[in-house]
Amino acid sequence: MRGRLRLLVLILILAVVLYPLIWMVGTSVKSPEEIASNIGLFPESFTPGNFTSGWQKFDVNFGRFFLNSAMVSGLTVIGNTVSCLLAAYAFGRLRFRLRKFWFSIMIATLLLPGHVLIIPQYILFRNLGWVGGDWPYLPLLVPQFLATEAFFVFLMVQFMRGIPRELDEAAKIDGASPYSIFQHVILPLSRPALVTTAIFSFIWTWNDFFRQLVFLSELDDYTAPVALTLFIDSTSESSVGPMFAMSLLSLVPVFLFFVAFQRMLVEGINTSGLKG
Amino acid sequence: MVRTAQSRIKPAGPDPAHRQGPGLRRRRHSENLSGYAFLSPWLVGLLAITAIPMLLSLYLSFTDYDVLTPLSEANWVGWDNYRQMFTADPTYWHAVRVTLTFALVAVPLKLAAALAVALLLNRAMRGIGVFRGLFYLPSLLGGSVALAIVWVSMFNRDGAFNSFLALFGIEGAPWVNDPRWALETLMLLAIWQFGAPMVIFLAGLKQVPTELYEAASVDGAGRWRQFRNVTLPMLSPVIFFNLVLETINGFQGFTSAFVLSNGTGGPVDSTLMYTLNLYIKGFVELDMGYASAMAWVFLLAIGLITMVLFRTGRFWVHYSDAEEH
Repeated sequence: MRGRLRLLVLILILAVVLYPLIWMVGTSVKSPEEIASNIGLFPESFTPGNFTSGWQKFDVNFGRFFLNSAMVSGLTVIGNTVSCLLAAYAFGRLRFRLRKFWFSIMIATLLLPGHVLIIPQYILFRNLGWVGGDWPYLPLLVPQFLATEAFFVFLMVQFMRGIPRELDEAAKIDGASPYSIFQHVILPLSRPALVTTAIFSFIWTWNDFFRQLVFLSELDDYTAPVALTLFIDSTSESSVGPMFAMSLLSLVPVFLFFVAFQRMLVEGINTSGLKG
Repeated sequence: MVRTAQSRIKPAGPDPAHRQGPGLRRRRHSENLSGYAFLSPWLVGLLAITAIPMLLSLYLSFTDYDVLTPLSEANWVGWDNYRQMFTADPTYWHAVRVTLTFALVAVPLKLAAALAVALLLNRAMRGIGVFRGLFYLPSLLGGSVALAIVWVSMFNRDGAFNSFLALFGIEGAPWVNDPRWALETLMLLAIWQFGAPMVIFLAGLKQVPTELYEAASVDGAGRWRQFRNVTLPMLSPVIFFNLVLETINGFQGFTSAFVLSNGTGGPVDSTLMYTLNLYIKGFVELDMGYASAMAWVFLLAIGLITMVLFRTGRFWVHYSDAEEH
């Protein structure tokens, strides 16, 4: 009896939690009249037109925005995994002078709010001609190739600490250099941490808004989140459906990642205390 | 698996067993070199993306600068920005109040929701993985612009929430357009994302030894006393960890406030979060000097709050490892 009650309560909470998501899906296929009149979750008539009109709502179509987002997120994934892995190997497995000092600096940057650095970074990148330059994504991407996401460095250091040291020692006795130990021992064994980093990198960058808002100024260059804010300017009755349709589409990649890697994501935050 | 932030944050040091003997000098030298080789991208990033910008920002905070002119024309104004911020800018203090209110209400409620659901889920039962995953889903989606848009529509005058209230004959407010309620809708959006701390709580609950509950129930402790005297103290390091993390995140809320107010902090500045105010000052009004000063005060305030949390943590965070060993 107790178990049933518990299950019932859980299902009720889950219904409340999932309601906004289901409502979003329903609304994205409702006609403007239905959005105003039908308060139910599901549409009486299925209106896929919201997707086509939303796609073409602005001078540049949403395909471009999604491509931009995919490119920024994809390159960020590469930058983060590679650069954070290198730093983590140094911190986790090598002995060099001032290592403890640098490690404590890295921990300090872990809690540094990004909003604090955005203004001077903007000024510096602008002076370098990167903001609104030939390729306006440099300010978004260059930091990601320099291991500035301390969370991932930390996550991988933690992971590498779990790899038995005997493996390094054995390789050392065989005369392996730190580079070949990295290549043949640590890199292959770090795959789970790399995958976790890649997934979180992708999702965070895909959802990121603040930096993209600050650094992207041309409509052509907009990523999906920045483009979505254009809908807010025009909240007439007729644009709600298209706005929901594009919002829904923009969440699809994150949702697919969630479905594919659910276990890994949940365990990822467990081992590292990462925020979703 | 989840230990405390403190126990985990320590350098991944060479353990004493591996200290080098005298014959390993050459190897140590080569590790020095390769250590710095592997560290070099991070070091460049630290210097160029973090340290130099921080110093530049500190300098700018004492200037009047509009970004459109060369950096050399930044006008030194001494403490003027700080003076204005603390004594002559009511909007600034309003934003501070909004942010504090947001964090003080949303963070405890979010943690309470996370803990409550984690306790409900902390039983061996079928489908627990599905529940855990679905409760976690909002944490992945909730920070996005798309979800903020949905949320705002839901709490519009004719949004889903009011339709729901209408079923009971209640006439709702135009929540997101009402300065009395707009911030509350954003708090609700933050609380809705309780899944991430919940997952951490769940892992913490798994670490509580069952013997303790057995012993407590032998001593005649009921469910509530077991919760108060076993679960809470044993879980306190995890609670502390979540509290620090969520507080720091809570102060940085930007996206949802931006979407609700279309970047203005409205209605009537009711959602003017600190970071949104900073964005407006820096990137809309182009008052980069003033915005830099705001950023530095923000950094110091967050540092101070984190320190206070750590200080108070000593009184209520119970580290069982420390006592047993």
